Amino acid sequence: MEQLNAWFTELLADNSIFTADTLGYYLDGLGSTVRLVFLSLIIGLMLAVPLAIARGSRRKWIKWPIFLYTYVFRGTPLLIQLYLIYYGVVFIEGIQDTFLWAVLQDAFYPALIAFTLNTAAYTTEIFHGAIKATPRGEIEAARAYGMSRARMMRRIIMPSAFRRALPAYGNEVIFMLHASAIASVVTIMDLTGAARFVYARFYAPFDAFLFVAAIYLCLTFAILYLFRYLEKKLLAHLKPING
Amino acid sequence: MIDLQGYGPRLLEGALVTVEVALLSLLLALILGLLTASAKLSRHWLFHRIATLYTTLIRGVPDLVLMMLLFFGGQIGVNMFTDWLYYEFDVDIFININEFIAGVVTIGFIFGAYMGETFRGAFLAVENGQIEAGRAYGMSNRLIFRRIQFPQMMRHALPGLGNNWMVLLKTTALVSVIGLSDMVRIAAEATKATHEPFLFMIPVAIIYLLIASVSEWTVARLQKHYNVGFGEADEWNN
Repeated sequence: MEQLNAWFTELLADNSIFTADTLGYYLDGLGSTVRLVFLSLIIGLMLAVPLAIARGSRRKWIKWPIFLYTYVFRGTPLLIQLYLIYYGVVFIEGIQDTFLWAVLQDAFYPALIAFTLNTAAYTTEIFHGAIKATPRGEIEAARAYGMSRARMMRRIIMPSAFRRALPAYGNEVIFMLHASAIASVVTIMDLTGAARFVYARFYAPFDAFLFVAAIYLCLTFAILYLFRYLEKKLLAHLKPING
Repeated sequence: MIDLQGYGPRLLEGALVTVEVALLSLLLALILGLLTASAKLSRHWLFHRIATLYTTLIRGVPDLVLMMLLFFGGQIGVNMFTDWLYYEFDVDIFININEFIAGVVTIGFIFGAYMGETFRGAFLAVENGQIEAGRAYGMSNRLIFRRIQFPQMMRHALPGLGNNWMVLLKTTALVSVIGLSDMVRIAAEATKATHEPFLFMIPVAIIYLLIASVSEWTVARLQKHYNVGFGEADEWNN
């Protein structure tokens, strides 16, 4: 252990780029990225569940607006959505007089809004697909027990839809992590922003970007294994007997 | 033509750049995807390892980080290589990594990894008996690939390829960050100059949606082409 420590100090001593100072930038960036991704995923999920249920409604005036929302947000680049909200929020009538202005001046919140709306659109479609794929037998059985629509939704359809959506949702989480790199474009010091800063300061593209790529890779694998673990636990009953 | 405070024509030029980047990186991605799929299906362990490493690494890192690595680091790497060529062999060449090349190569490499997975699954979905039948007819390996494997593989690959293309199209927006004047960058510049984000961003969003709709229609037509002979069977399955 001592040897390892000595080796590590020696490694850093020789290094003019990865000083404690720059590593601090990366650490702050990691904090920003995690906060941004985590918050947008949580809020997006809370928006997506009711939207996914409403998306399957028979009433056209409920169904169509949600379809339009998911179509537009899934069909255009996240960068455009970010620009629209980041630059556009200033132009909302009278916003500069309200308390919201203090919040929205920081680039973090427009980015959070853009990311949340984007992930909510994708998650809505994922859950909508999972709900639609509910085996008809399950619904018939629930109906035979005299369940109301709401109870059927709560006890039968949603639990099984959540499980079916899990693999696709895991992909969405990784997609969001990678998409969050564009937050650096609107001056947020996330992981990529830190890498750009270190690059600009030392003119060392390989060190700056390969290091940040390695951090992203570790995060991706952590998410991947988390979801694999969840799938193993929650989807155990769907595995073939000999599998 | 719609004027958009004089930015209309430039926005259209930008749209053309977007389409160029998208189509060229699609071509690169398809080639890399086919190579990756055949490497993953080959019996040689080394090819298999390399292909797996490639797809894992590429899919674990954000596209923007890869693009910046190639754009900012690529020139240094290429210069080191050409310097070495000059000192060792007295060959004097100059290769310039501009935004366009960096963008196309990065996007091509990223989506090559995704296309590789799609193609691999599609090749596995073609029954072995088909290939054996081709061999029984005395076809060469190349002929089997061209006449039997490829057309049948495409039927399974097309939905996945279509999805990858849609994601690729949206990823081209990132080239604006490294400085290429695609329509997103021109819209962002116009926004900064005129303080009218909605006037420029919304038309750009509409152009993306239009390209996506045209692609959807094209994929549907291709699907019809490659599904010839399977139409009835599919209807039964549904």
